[in-house]
Amino acid sequence: MTTAPKQPITDVASPDTPVRKNLIDLGDIESLQILDTDGVADEAFVPRLDDEALLRVHRAMVLTRTLDIRMLNMQRQGEMGTFAPGIGQEATQIGQVHPLRSRDWFVPSYRSFGAQLWRGWTIEGLMLLWDGFFEGFEVPAGVNDLPFSIVIGSQVPVATGVAMGIRQRREKHVVVTNFGDGAISQGAVNEAFNFAAVYKSPIVFVVENNGYAISMPAEKQAATKELARRGPGFGIPAIRVDGNDVLAMIVATTEAVDRARAGEGPTLIEAVTYRMGLHTTADDPKVYRSDDEVDTWKPRDPITRFEKYLIGKGLLDENRIQRTGEECEQEVLNARERFRERAVANPREVFEYIYDSLPPALQQQKREYLARLDRKGVR
Amino acid sequence: MAQMNMVRALNKALDETMAADERVCVIGEDVGVDGGVFRVTKGLLDTYGENRVFDTPLAECGIVGTAVGMAIYGLRPVVEIQFSGFMMQAFDQIEQNMARFRRRSRGRFPVSMVLRTPYGGGIRAVEHHSESREAYWAHTPGLKVVIPSGPRNAYSLLHASINDPDPVIFYEPKAVYRAFREEVPDVPDPIEIGTAQVVREGADITLVAYGAMMRPTLEAVEDLTEMHGVDPEVIDLLSISPMDTDTLVTSVSKTGRCVIVHEGPRTCGIAAEIIARLNENAFEHLLAPIKRVTGYDIHFPFFQVEKHFLPDADIIVDAVKETLAYE
Ligand SMILES: Cc1ncc(C[n+]2csc(CCOP(=O)(O)OP(=O)(O)O)c2C)c(N)n1
Ligand SMILES: [Mg+2]
Repeated sequence: MTTAPKQPITDVASPDTPVRKNLIDLGDIESLQILDTDGVADEAFVPRLDDEALLRVHRAMVLTRTLDIRMLNMQRQGEMGTFAPGIGQEATQIGQVHPLRSRDWFVPSYRSFGAQLWRGWTIEGLMLLWDGFFEGFEVPAGVNDLPFSIVIGSQVPVATGVAMGIRQRREKHVVVTNFGDGAISQGAVNEAFNFAAVYKSPIVFVVENNGYAISMPAEKQAATKELARRGPGFGIPAIRVDGNDVLAMIVATTEAVDRARAGEGPTLIEAVTYRMGLHTTADDPKVYRSDDEVDTWKPRDPITRFEKYLIGKGLLDENRIQRTGEECEQEVLNARERFRERAVANPREVFEYIYDSLPPALQQQKREYLARLDRKGVR
Repeated sequence: MAQMNMVRALNKALDETMAADERVCVIGEDVGVDGGVFRVTKGLLDTYGENRVFDTPLAECGIVGTAVGMAIYGLRPVVEIQFSGFMMQAFDQIEQNMARFRRRSRGRFPVSMVLRTPYGGGIRAVEHHSESREAYWAHTPGLKVVIPSGPRNAYSLLHASINDPDPVIFYEPKAVYRAFREEVPDVPDPIEIGTAQVVREGADITLVAYGAMMRPTLEAVEDLTEMHGVDPEVIDLLSISPMDTDTLVTSVSKTGRCVIVHEGPRTCGIAAEIIARLNENAFEHLLAPIKRVTGYDIHFPFFQVEKHFLPDADIIVDAVKETLAYE
């Protein structure tokens, strides 16, 4: 066993870094929570967002959850492939991309609906790709994001390389990349931390500690409870944030993005959250965790918490909440119609984008393949 | 004897080898409480405890590297890599350590371990979950590569692999996992790693396949025998490395014609190696160029169109007919 250091081990502290210990045991490193579960804010730390901006954040979280629930429904009815819902992680998702500008970069893992929608990916696009249509990987025009990565942690060195490119060109863009509590065990992630720190790259690493990597609880994944501790060892300032508190996520990410933009290098943000639902639709969480455990997280729900805050500010009431819910539902259903129109398999496409130009032997294979489709009468 | 699917048969082999040899341990992501994402290791934690069945951190390079160390120390690790696509993280440890330690230590530290992993397409999976890259491992000296095609041979081959003194890559065709049941004996059949099985004798042409491709191949055989009056011989390769050259050569020397089926990419695939061996050893018996029916040299497509990528009975039948028509 290691003994806990007496002093905070991070060096993120600026005099006005907000620190509040509350719901989550924040250990002895820098930590941040602004909203308590009753939606009461520590006003000193609330980000300066106008009413409209606050409502936009609320709506984005609601839309994210609405999409998750709708897609679960579709999956159960055979209209959707296996996918990874993010219910419970909406604040972590929206907060991490909130400060980004369109020319900044976002390099996500697969459980990133909320952040992807915020960045401009379309609902029908996400539906397409999770239902096995390659067309869904089309990066929307004007969006500087990479398609999400499924190979755990493999996107993190790539994101770091983008940030190194930005720095080399002396540009002012910033990269945000996310990954899970499981991913932090991967060599690739740790190598990326080191590169980012050595080259002082403008990148924000967001580790979404949602308690589990499939069946593996975070306590067994790592012997350090606070994953933020990985930062300082690499020379990366780190902070542990209540990931179910969207204001805290926004504040922490904004600070990290500002540091990166100012040439001060990477930051590691540990967002402490909880996967309320399934790992993927192929998973049965009852095998490895109790309903009681899940119940303990319900009062910390990121959406209701933020709603309480907005109600307190007079920005929301029950009617408006209901209306937002209905609008989001309608938006998802409209997108589902577009998805259904576009959900047409295109087997003739599979030789595209393999090389800049297809080498002769592959052209031959392509002809062979197309002839096979023709023989079967497949369009 | 009992009827079971491949998942159950593999589980039975693991259970029996663990019961018989306390050195055998099961290691991997979600192999414990969850019983593996495909449930191959289900129940083993309850029976053998956390000391012998354990969930690892999410790091394939670490999993394989530490398993090599455990094997060197005298344990018999059976590693599960959740999907074969994630062996790439472990390429370093497989190539540099797992495959070489016997040689590097001049025989002092052989690595007797098994790396089990599901491979192949056909289950509507997301990206990176459908590849067949067995050719990579066949290319590495020091490794054995085994690919069963059904519950019965999976059961016996997993027994053989765990008891093998050398490192074995054990590719499990996930499309077959729950596809059908078979009688599985109470004790393993004496199949040796490195021997192929002639599953149907015939005179006109030799069909070679393995793993998940045995099913479309046998479907094609049905069509060929019933509709086209062809009498094919069928070989289930079972072991990719070492490869059973003798069985291949004997068969093709008799039939003079051959079609090879695999779902991995064509270039430098297993079929290429088989063709080379037949060229070296059966050239004077060949009556037609050997054909291969394989995956294309492209990234495995998204699942809506995967059925067009994967070899199926129709194109196998076409290839056989073309080969037979060759004068
Ligand atoms: C390299 C690699 N190994 C294994 C997997 C299979 N797998 C998919 S998700 C997952 C758990 C990931 O956990 P975490 O990083 O905490 O992210 P979360 O799913 O909780 O968002 C695993 C093991 C994979 N996709 N990639
Ligand atoms: Mg996780």
